[in-house]
Amino acid sequence: MGLRRINKNVLGLSILLFMLLGGAALADEAAPAAAAEVVIKTSDLKVGMDTMWVMLTAFLVFFMNLGFAAVESGFARAKNCVNIMSKNFVVFAVSSIGFLILGWGLMFGDGSGLVGLKGLFMASGADNSPATGSAYQGVYSAISWTGVPFWAKFFFQLVFCGTAATIVSGAVAERIKYLSFIVFSFVMAMVIYPVVGHWVWGGGWLAKMGMFDFAGSTVVHSVGGWAALAGVIILGPRIGKFSNGTIKSIPGHNLSLATVGTFVLWFGWFGFNPGSTMAADPGAISHIAVTTNTAAAAAIFTATLMSYLLLGKPDLGMTLNGCLAGLVAITAPCAYVSVGSALIIGLIAGALVVLAVLMFDRLRLDDPVGALSVHLVNGVFGTICVGLFAQDKITGTATGNGLFYGGGFALLKAQLAAVVTVGIFVFLMSIVAWVAIKAIMGVRVSREEELRGLDIGEHGNEAYSGFQVFSTM
Amino acid sequence: MKLIIAYIQPHKLEEVKAALAKAEVGKMSVTNSLGCGAQMGYEESYRGVKFEVNLLKKIRLEIAVNESFVDKTVNAIISAARTGQIGDGKIFIVELAECIRIRTGEKGSNAIG
Repeated sequence: MGLRRINKNVLGLSILLFMLLGGAALADEAAPAAAAEVVIKTSDLKVGMDTMWVMLTAFLVFFMNLGFAAVESGFARAKNCVNIMSKNFVVFAVSSIGFLILGWGLMFGDGSGLVGLKGLFMASGADNSPATGSAYQGVYSAISWTGVPFWAKFFFQLVFCGTAATIVSGAVAERIKYLSFIVFSFVMAMVIYPVVGHWVWGGGWLAKMGMFDFAGSTVVHSVGGWAALAGVIILGPRIGKFSNGTIKSIPGHNLSLATVGTFVLWFGWFGFNPGSTMAADPGAISHIAVTTNTAAAAAIFTATLMSYLLLGKPDLGMTLNGCLAGLVAITAPCAYVSVGSALIIGLIAGALVVLAVLMFDRLRLDDPVGALSVHLVNGVFGTICVGLFAQDKITGTATGNGLFYGGGFALLKAQLAAVVTVGIFVFLMSIVAWVAIKAIMGVRVSREEELRGLDIGEHGNEAYSGFQVFSTM
Repeated sequence: MKLIIAYIQPHKLEEVKAALAKAEVGKMSVTNSLGCGAQMGYEESYRGVKFEVNLLKKIRLEIAVNESFVDKTVNAIISAARTGQIGDGKIFIVELAECIRIRTGEKGSNAIG
């Protein structure tokens, strides 16, 4: 804990910062120095700065809930708008409670390679954060590398759990029972997400194997995607989507809302990726902000171009899905690859998402908002990209080089192992959960209710009361 | 000349359009409508206060045809819109006094076809 003399220029800024944080770190023993000099413990300054960064970015990730709600309701029909808004609203409450009760402990508690075993319930295990490294004493040692207070760690991880759970909502939209969705979300937040999280971020077997997923292409997005795929299969397609052997389009009712939502998600991603440093590391967060944005921008171009070429017009829905695809794909590699690599990853992700949307339609898997194409396909793709494009210590983390940078297959193998095992685990767990829910309470609304719309059937409300809405599908 | 007015369930529109196309009836006008009949209404609520909604969403089709097309058109609508459930809808047929195509000024049967 060395003391450092801070020069005049930094003084004003530091004082302001400490007032904002409510920090009391201005050292009393400070100085026999001139009036313009103050001495501050740098370790306290670092905890303050890191906490501010972690909380700020966590709030941005929380805001992504609005993004998902807007995108999904915009891509669905007016008659199901209340239902989708309700699902997206309540799912963050479910995650908040579920992650507190059990999720956090399973994910970060010290335990085996498969699950956390200590400090399981109510995040109440021993912990002396913000101590790090050998000074850390507690049962959540897998996340003791970041020097922020305990509840900062918890809150940041909670908003990520919320994101994984909300991904499912869009894919199962317009036909799932409200209550059944809530029950599944609890399973997701309390068991499925935390177990995979433990493997990768909680010191579990994939982490030990040398698998890297910086901000969650696998842990968040592909987990959400696999669970959504299981839901789509168990539910079946919406009435009228695939009739008489043909694929029918069921246009979304508000592309303005979908566009607003995508912008919100794009904005939120600047918390999702740069925040996953969990420290105000100037070089890393700047690097990650640019890789993240570059991939999104590149994917927008290719998705738009692909829809132009394949569908005849630059479809806005595909452009929006393209942006999200680029963001999902860069989520794992954002801290491990160069900006140039991010550009390439984004270009591929944008093309991939358009092809995936067309493929899922051909496979008769009805995904109203493209959640499978965005989160599952590009979550997998982004995870693999780490094994291809990684450059050792580009922002400080020793990942080793990927295949394209002379590192051979070692990293790629670990990434592929994660893709396969996480896929199998989450898909099977989700199938079991969906089948159980179906047996106990049913998963799908009645035909009559689906035709009239879930807003009236599930909620007795209308989203656009007083407006005449065409509800011909 | 007859004007055929049909009220059908909204989700049946696509099937009815396909059946009409098969019967070579390609011209129609479609509007949203609200109505009540034997199907009765349903209950909505807003912030805890219930209200009866007895006007249901329906689709109104208007098709002007020459005499020889009346049966074909009616049969096509019935074949596609009938489920046997209350609420399938109704068809009204009324005499059409005149039909004029604005672009050419044609009148009568020529204007309809």
